[in-house]
Amino acid sequence: MGEAIVITSGKGGVGKTTTTANLGTALALLGKRVCLVDTDIGLRNLDVIMGLENRIIYDLVDVVEGRCAVQKALVKDKRFDDLLYLLPAAQTSDKSAVTPEQMKQLIDELKQDYDYVLIDCPAGIEQGYKNAVAGADQAIVVTTPDVSAVRDADRIIGLLEKEENIRPPRLIINRIRSHMVKNHDMLDIDEIVMHLSIDLLGIIADDDNVIKASNNGEPIVLDPNSKASLAYRNIARRLLGESVPLLSLEDEENKGLLAKIKKFFGVRS
Amino acid sequence: MFGEIFVEVNVVNKPKKQYVAMKGTKDGLTLHLDDTCSYDELLKELDEKLAINETDEQDGPFIAVRLHVGNRYLTHEQEERLRAIIRAKKNLVVDSIESNVMTKQEALEWKRKNEIVSVAKIVRSGQVLHVKGDLLLIGDVNPGGTVIASGNIFIMGALRGIAHAGYDGNRQAIIAASIMKPTQLRISDVMNRAPDYRTDEGNEMECAYIDENDQIVVDRLQLLTHLRPNLTRLERSF
Ligand SMILES: Nc1ncnc2c1ncn2[C@@H]1O[C@H](COP(=O)(O)OP(=O)(O)OP(=O)(O)O)[C@@H](O)[C@H]1O
Ligand SMILES: [Mg+2]
Repeated sequence: MGEAIVITSGKGGVGKTTTTANLGTALALLGKRVCLVDTDIGLRNLDVIMGLENRIIYDLVDVVEGRCAVQKALVKDKRFDDLLYLLPAAQTSDKSAVTPEQMKQLIDELKQDYDYVLIDCPAGIEQGYKNAVAGADQAIVVTTPDVSAVRDADRIIGLLEKEENIRPPRLIINRIRSHMVKNHDMLDIDEIVMHLSIDLLGIIADDDNVIKASNNGEPIVLDPNSKASLAYRNIARRLLGESVPLLSLEDEENKGLLAKIKKFFGVRS
Repeated sequence: MFGEIFVEVNVVNKPKKQYVAMKGTKDGLTLHLDDTCSYDELLKELDEKLAINETDEQDGPFIAVRLHVGNRYLTHEQEERLRAIIRAKKNLVVDSIESNVMTKQEALEWKRKNEIVSVAKIVRSGQVLHVKGDLLLIGDVNPGGTVIASGNIFIMGALRGIAHAGYDGNRQAIIAASIMKPTQLRISDVMNRAPDYRTDEGNEMECAYIDENDQIVVDRLQLLTHLRPNLTRLERSF
């Protein structure tokens, strides 16, 4: 029986879909059987980032409404040998086409066949959010280091903590720009973790290569030489229960930040 | 007790048990009312006794009357009728009515109001934590989160959201926090927005209270010893 992990944020555009694609790919690289589920009905784009758009025939709503079996709707990622699959969202329906009960049933079914089911959640706290968390066992909250994203993350964490079947959520801070943090133009990791008081799963630097890779339909994690790639791989290993120290964002000049990050990680590992 | 003069005012010469005992003190008159007789008997005797008393002190100053009704429970109407009888007599004003008993409902309400409710949690954005009595929060109030208490609010972590103490009218209520960086403070009906510009210095171990100008002020926690000595409650009493 696998684990279902929802990737959520509250605020839009902070990197949920990017995180889902890269963590899923990283887990497959580590030999796990992974199924990605796009629940952003009406605004799907996980398939685009994964480079799988042109193979979609059926979607999540087709499955839920019984037009096809789950297996038939799953899109296989050819880069992996039978390890990575995607269940795309419908583009033509809207979020009310699916109920939380239907989602839970679907996720439970997928958990039979996969080690990890990663659920990409839409922004917001309405129907789409409720659908996405319905079948989850774990939650990852993605935020960026700005006040409004952290505020929304706090709101989402409050909601997630009320879900009895979901373990305490963990945090990924995305798009950190170290020069801005250094000049105090951005919240630092210390502040964010203190404010949200949940475990930090990892941090990802703001990196143009992430955007380029996504545009090419090749998640950055497939590039072994990029820092962001290493960060995603490390998060995947932490999901598997390994204790991996946090990466420094900028090699040498950022000793202070690194020390802080290590301190946080030390507390929790 | 010292300083008390016992005045026997009953001049009616009947051998029956007396339901009303009066004690004059330098602060006024204390009436001990029997709690075993019927309410109507009690009213009748009280009325008679006071009528006699009244003729004696026609032009005197106002006398405060304290009533002790023992183990008798008085409904609101019964209390009003007692007050009416006393008010009808010249010079007498009711200062207090004390009973040893209260209804279960009142007792529970009283308990709730005087309780310290301790909660271990982080009150996050969009959440409201509302308690009767004092709130002891072991955790933070994040921006966008709200805590409300009918009594005082003590926050062991950081207050970064909204806190409303004494929400049903208690202006003596205070708000204390280990880190005081609220977006808004409210005590009873007084509100105080955080200054638009706030320094990062010295927001530790602070308290907020309503001062003599009806303003909420924030100051060092230690001041409360003088400002609100009632906060010490080693032994709870009515
Ligand atoms: N670490 C990063 N560095 C640079 N750009 C990034 C990074 N992470 C995400 N982005 C970019 O940010 C944009 C938004 O990312 P993404 O679509 O993953 O966010 P989302 O949270 O899924 O958005 P939505 O709420 O609309 O679903 C994309 O253009 C993506 O390429
Ligand atoms: Mg998305």
